[in-house]
Amino acid sequence: MTGNPSSSYDAIIIGAGSVGVPAAFSMARDGLHVLVLDGNASVGQGSNKSAIGGIRATHSDPAKIHLGLRSIETFSTWEDQYCEDIGWRRGGYSFVAYTAEQEEAFKSLIVLQKSYGLEILWLDRPELLELIPGVNPEHLLGGTYSPNDGSASPLLAIHAMYSHACKLGASFHFNEPVTEIRVEHGRVAGVGTPCGYYSSPIVINAAGAHAAQMAKLAGIDIPVTPDAHEGGITEPVARFLEPMIVDTRPADGSANFYFYQNDQGQIVFCLTPHPSIWGYNIRETSSFLPMVARRMVEVIPRLAHLRVRRTWRGLYPMTPDGFPIIGWAQDVEGYLLAVGMCGQGFMLGPGLGELLSRMSQHQLMDEDERVLKILSPARAFTGQEKLK
Amino acid sequence: MPNHRLQIHPILPIPQREGFEFYWEENRFTGLPGETISAALFANGVHVFGHHLRDGSPQGIYCANGQCAQCLVLENGKPVKACMELVSPEARIEPLNTLPKLPESPATSYMQPVEELRIPVLIIGGGPAGLSAAIELGKLGVPTLLIDDKHHLGGKMVLQTHRFFGSREAVYAGTRGIDIAARMADEVKSLSPYVQVWLNSTALAVFSDRKVGILRDGSQYVLVKPEALLVASGAREKSLAFRGNWLPGVYGAGAFQTLLNRDLVLPAQHLFIVGGGNVGLIAAYHALQAGVEVVGLVEALPECGGYKVHQDKLKRLGVPIFTSHTILSANGDQTVESATIAQVDARFQPIPDTEKTFACDAILIAVGLDPVNEFYTKAREFDLPVFTAGDAGEIAEASAAIYSGKIQGFEIARSLSYPAPEIPEEWRRQAEILKSKPGKLIDSDGPDAEPGVYPMIHCLQEIPCDPCSSVCPRGLIQINREDIRKTPVFDTTQGVCSGCERCVAICPGLAITLVDSRKDPEHPLISLPFEFPETLFPEGELVTVVDIEGNFLADLPVVKIRHIKANDRTRIVRVQAPRELARKIAGIRLLNQSANPLKEDQSADAREAMICRCERVSAAEIRSLIRAGIHDLNEIKAVTRAGMGACGSKTCGPLIRRLLLEEGVPSAEIMDLTRRPLFVEVPLGVFAGVKPDSGGDGDR
Repeated sequence: MTGNPSSSYDAIIIGAGSVGVPAAFSMARDGLHVLVLDGNASVGQGSNKSAIGGIRATHSDPAKIHLGLRSIETFSTWEDQYCEDIGWRRGGYSFVAYTAEQEEAFKSLIVLQKSYGLEILWLDRPELLELIPGVNPEHLLGGTYSPNDGSASPLLAIHAMYSHACKLGASFHFNEPVTEIRVEHGRVAGVGTPCGYYSSPIVINAAGAHAAQMAKLAGIDIPVTPDAHEGGITEPVARFLEPMIVDTRPADGSANFYFYQNDQGQIVFCLTPHPSIWGYNIRETSSFLPMVARRMVEVIPRLAHLRVRRTWRGLYPMTPDGFPIIGWAQDVEGYLLAVGMCGQGFMLGPGLGELLSRMSQHQLMDEDERVLKILSPARAFTGQEKLK
Repeated sequence: MPNHRLQIHPILPIPQREGFEFYWEENRFTGLPGETISAALFANGVHVFGHHLRDGSPQGIYCANGQCAQCLVLENGKPVKACMELVSPEARIEPLNTLPKLPESPATSYMQPVEELRIPVLIIGGGPAGLSAAIELGKLGVPTLLIDDKHHLGGKMVLQTHRFFGSREAVYAGTRGIDIAARMADEVKSLSPYVQVWLNSTALAVFSDRKVGILRDGSQYVLVKPEALLVASGAREKSLAFRGNWLPGVYGAGAFQTLLNRDLVLPAQHLFIVGGGNVGLIAAYHALQAGVEVVGLVEALPECGGYKVHQDKLKRLGVPIFTSHTILSANGDQTVESATIAQVDARFQPIPDTEKTFACDAILIAVGLDPVNEFYTKAREFDLPVFTAGDAGEIAEASAAIYSGKIQGFEIARSLSYPAPEIPEEWRRQAEILKSKPGKLIDSDGPDAEPGVYPMIHCLQEIPCDPCSSVCPRGLIQINREDIRKTPVFDTTQGVCSGCERCVAICPGLAITLVDSRKDPEHPLISLPFEFPETLFPEGELVTVVDIEGNFLADLPVVKIRHIKANDRTRIVRVQAPRELARKIAGIRLLNQSANPLKEDQSADAREAMICRCERVSAAEIRSLIRAGIHDLNEIKAVTRAGMGACGSKTCGPLIRRLLLEEGVPSAEIMDLTRRPLFVEVPLGVFAGVKPDSGGDGDR
């Protein structure tokens, strides 16, 4: 697929990943003529395929809770609507508490979260032991439970959305990295690749870990820097675990870690290194497996029997405050930023895609204004996401 | 109670072992100490180990090498690879038909820290190449750790009951693979403490900090940081997409040899072989030696690619070889019941109405090997000094692997600044010779007929091999020392043959006979090499003698069978023949059959061709995606799960690539699968350092 130099589009999306693909899907559905450009060979070959598949609306702020709830709506109804299995499972999320401080923090968040429309409750120790059979009861105080959260296969979900976006008329060009963003008189005019030039009044930066470079091409600085996390997947076993378990305790070499059992019966797990490992290096480390295995076996001892099948390392495009950056660039008209997902691009993607489509059409809903205010590129970045 | 263990074998000793009982479902079966679960089940006639949870398809042994996970069974409730785990008394083995339950486990307070080790040289793989390198490194005083995932050193040599080709001086040619393995293993052990050996220890990954993760003795996770890594991990067998290719009873050739020659069980009675390279030809010979009938062998090319001597040997024994033929389907309900083949045209497409179906209960796939090179690739990527030897670098004969290991041993020592002599140019030349493919055919009538005794050398193709020339006590058989690929010549100018039969016995190709006219010039005695139990043809019994390519010559009585220790299990059968036949007789026919195809075509209801065995993804499914424009292997994987199974795309990766090429996608456009750790699946408890008894596996 090579570019036609005279092509012009309503919008051009940079990045066929967790954000770009649902955005293209929504925009094509809304009748926009949209082009997606990606330097990789096929859809979702950046950080999407590194996502472990967790989907939650359990966040600490109204913007992400809103986008998360919208996204869950899309993921959870996909099979009914399109007769395609994307591996969706409503297993819920549980943030487990082992210290009084954790309990306190989770409980106070629950009040806020409920006020933003999230269904979430506190389970005390016996209730949690019932929800998670086999969990190590030592020091366990209780935990949150948000039953409507779940998981899906990032690979299948993005492919399904990609296929439908194509059917709806969206164009995708792979192996075609964006090398130029043309800005004329303070607004975007189009983008160039080694294969051609495409003009458009709107360019959406959905380039994930490479968002900062793509912003730079338009002369914009954005505070997005990737750090690397490792994840893994086990052999499948009969279902024994319903929710995603998130353990936020810090330990030697790691911050939090989390795991769940996917629709195939496999445990998928991931660990946040501490201190963060900044940069683009996604080569496998020797420290990951021993570190994560200890933590998992400590929380659920029977996991010791479970065989690891595969591990990988992926990038989290981080922002200073841990919240995504969504909004029009201040100095370049028509340049829309959908960047800095901090590892949550997949779970926020569908809701965000709808929002990006409305922004492109300048047809915002009331709720959108509030979301965009919180996630604005112009914000001070002084806050801190509590449930990274 | 059926017992499918080998009772008699012309080469392998059958040890007498005290049995014990174990359970298969509700049945009490007998197992033997040291026997794998798969061998014990085969010995008791069980070939279906479970059913795939996606579609209920029967599952059994495929690779017998710990790589494919198709042989998973439940051992005392835990899923294990039947081909790797040893059976134990009172074990409860059950088929795996659904997702296994994860056993309960008490909380463990103690987790062992991961042991880390630094060593100048780590060698992955204790086969011919790895052993050979370890021997040289040990002799040079370079501390070396050699790991191997099996319970014995020797790699695939432990399956090779035949005499090896190559140079007798350089690589033990003329000796049986099993004995070379034992000899080299002994030498490695004698080089302790320089060479340390970890058996039952599998390399899992090479990490970016240049540490190699190793599952030691099946239970402990160790990180080894070598100064240099030698990848001598051998090869894996290529697979082939044909309908029913996943049925239990379809094996890799190496798997079948493992079951026969290592596990000493009879996996089948009637065998069909796909592929006429050396692997397929030798596998056929091994099967015959164990008493398995070889129904036929197909080769897609107009000529078999393996050594002519191997091929001739099979033809003489009576194995039908179908060149320019391919397999269309494996047919059967739960296991293989027949194979359907067809002739192919110049583009390897089956020609309609040439289908033939043969009854058989096993099909071997011997269509070539791919290097196991993932550790090498990763080490290169991470700037860990890395070398390869043997098949992991380049697919060739075991003799070439031994020699390349020797050279790499010196190379590594030199790279680490140990005092090691420079590698002579002569070695590199020899290495190239040993790697060479079979060369041109020679037209030879043999020496002039003489009144006395002389060898007839039925070795008419240039291959790297020299034992006959080195064994003749009078130096009458000559091979160009500069290039042992040249065919041997019997040189009458140098002296007179004594008729010692040593050349007859040692020839790895069984391609030398002796014509002895000294007693009766009209009815000379012919000495023929024979590697089957002598009970097959007692003295006095009529045997069918055939020419070099198996054509009938006569039925003659066996005059004598000579079975002496010096000939190392090669029997010499003497027959007396009319003078005019004497020089043509090259062997004895074993099978008296003429490849009778079944009247009924059983392929009509053959199942799909499976590409990904683990996740059950068919060729049709992948082809339709390719035709819809999906050319990235990673995308095919994402959509179908092909390559996401337990084996880590070891089998399906190359098959998908082949489908892409067949569908006309240019090679340069195909994006390879991204390779990720681990090499095999390992329990989390091992990485966590949980004591085996409280969590992990490996409790034997």
